[in-house]
Amino acid sequence: MISKQRMKIVSTNQIAKDTIEMVLKNSYISENAIPGQFIHILVEGHTLRRPISIADVDKDNETVTILFKKLGSGTEKLSESKAGDFLNVLGPSGNGFETSTEGLHTVLLIGGGIGVPPMYYLGKSLAKQNIHVISVLGFQSKDHVFYEEKFQQFSKTYVVTNDGSYGDKGFVTSVIPNVGEFDRYYSCGPLPMLKAITNELSEKEGFISLEERMGCGVGACFACVVPTNTEKGYKKICSDGPVFAAREVIL
Amino acid sequence: MSLLQVNLPGLHLKNPIMPASGCFGFGREYSQFYDLSKLGAVIMKVATGSERFGNPTPRVAETASGMLNAIGLQNPGVEKIIENEVTFLSQYDTSIIANVAGSTIEEYEYVARTFNNTKAVHALELNISCPNVKEGGIQFGTDPKMAAKVTEIVKKASNLPVYVKLSPNVTDIVAMAKAVESAGADGLSMINTLTGMQINLASKRPIIANKTGGLSGAAIKPIAIRMIYEVKQHVHIPIIGMGGISSAEDVLEFLLAGASAVAVGTANFSNPLICSDIIDELPTTLERYGFDAVEDAIGKAVMNE
Repeated sequence: MISKQRMKIVSTNQIAKDTIEMVLKNSYISENAIPGQFIHILVEGHTLRRPISIADVDKDNETVTILFKKLGSGTEKLSESKAGDFLNVLGPSGNGFETSTEGLHTVLLIGGGIGVPPMYYLGKSLAKQNIHVISVLGFQSKDHVFYEEKFQQFSKTYVVTNDGSYGDKGFVTSVIPNVGEFDRYYSCGPLPMLKAITNELSEKEGFISLEERMGCGVGACFACVVPTNTEKGYKKICSDGPVFAAREVIL
Repeated sequence: MSLLQVNLPGLHLKNPIMPASGCFGFGREYSQFYDLSKLGAVIMKVATGSERFGNPTPRVAETASGMLNAIGLQNPGVEKIIENEVTFLSQYDTSIIANVAGSTIEEYEYVARTFNNTKAVHALELNISCPNVKEGGIQFGTDPKMAAKVTEIVKKASNLPVYVKLSPNVTDIVAMAKAVESAGADGLSMINTLTGMQINLASKRPIIANKTGGLSGAAIKPIAIRMIYEVKQHVHIPIIGMGGISSAEDVLEFLLAGASAVAVGTANFSNPLICSDIIDELPTTLERYGFDAVEDAIGKAVMNE
């Protein structure tokens, strides 16, 4: 269940261009978080909280890792926080990835830019359950690449950059035909990427994680809705999602 | 009588604190954070005649000391609200206020009448001030004659006390208040959001898909205080005050300006426990400023003139 918590910053590091990795300590969130969920962080001087996806969880050390990009005044301010500071957080929020593994042999993870972080905890968890994992990670350019070695620890990992400055040149979709067979895919990244993937892989079972500007982050304010094929016609990204079956949402 | 108690038409409130319409859904999400029986009342998310899907996203954008929103009155329609949401909320020991909107006078009338048989609903808040829909809403909220007409028709259709929610997007707020008072309103609720816009420098387009949105949060508090203060001097019906409240001190300021109760909106987003926190802090705040009860503070700043 979602709860208001204080999380102590254990460490904070810039790991790629404009990209910050923070390790946060809190027993409640680390105990309850599942892959694909997010935490909603209050940033001093800002009215709206910032939703940041959970990139990793270490239950033994009671820590949660988040990665975020400095994209505006909120994330800029958040990046100035130091080890030892406390963050006011709601979480764990939202519904995470489908991780039932019955009949599952191989999965494909497709992460684009700051959509890569939730793929990490998911891939790690699936690999632990002896699922064969393949990862395709897309970044703008060499300066933006992160976590390649970490993904390599549990998966065959392909890296693409838009400008070709690292790995293959192009988009994640150009690599997918070369990765071999898989039973299910998981993806998180910019909307144009998700649109291309869900079109291209429409025959496959897939789960995607969406992002949107949020208000409350708990499902009350109807700011972050996405149209769906269901009778209701919409779902709330913050509370029904952020993860959805690729077929149920209209992008 | 309890220190925090307030009596208004149709509403016997154990305290003057209620979440504002649209910022609290129908209470379900916040019920995981605290017992909603603690609240003086709950103003539900809007009800229209039939289901509405609202505006395209993005629907919110942060601003300096506030935010813009253009949700577009998304709601499941009055029947489903009564069936599912009022039923849920009525398990709590709190008053329920239904927020009523429509595109036409007939739709307002229909929604208001549909609530007549719902015993758990104690009052209506007439939403004539939503800035984010193309038809209805704001048109009724910016013309005193239209506002009076919709108030009169809803009053006739409803057997519940009617609080008319005023828009600040007008030149003369007192004229609006007087018009709906003469038309039979039992109370006022003010203020709704102020129409605003924010442009993304990179995309060179407004952030909100609807282009404009309603500004709320701390940024609008002085406007709400000024408008309530002005209106209080000219009308005799009670005012539910709102606009940027995030602390017990803010509540006292609204009471002094002339509000008899208050609604807390945007602050629920940064702190889901804000209403509960304010209720806990209010007695100490009242005492610190020399008041024995909420009722003693109402309109004090106006009387001091």
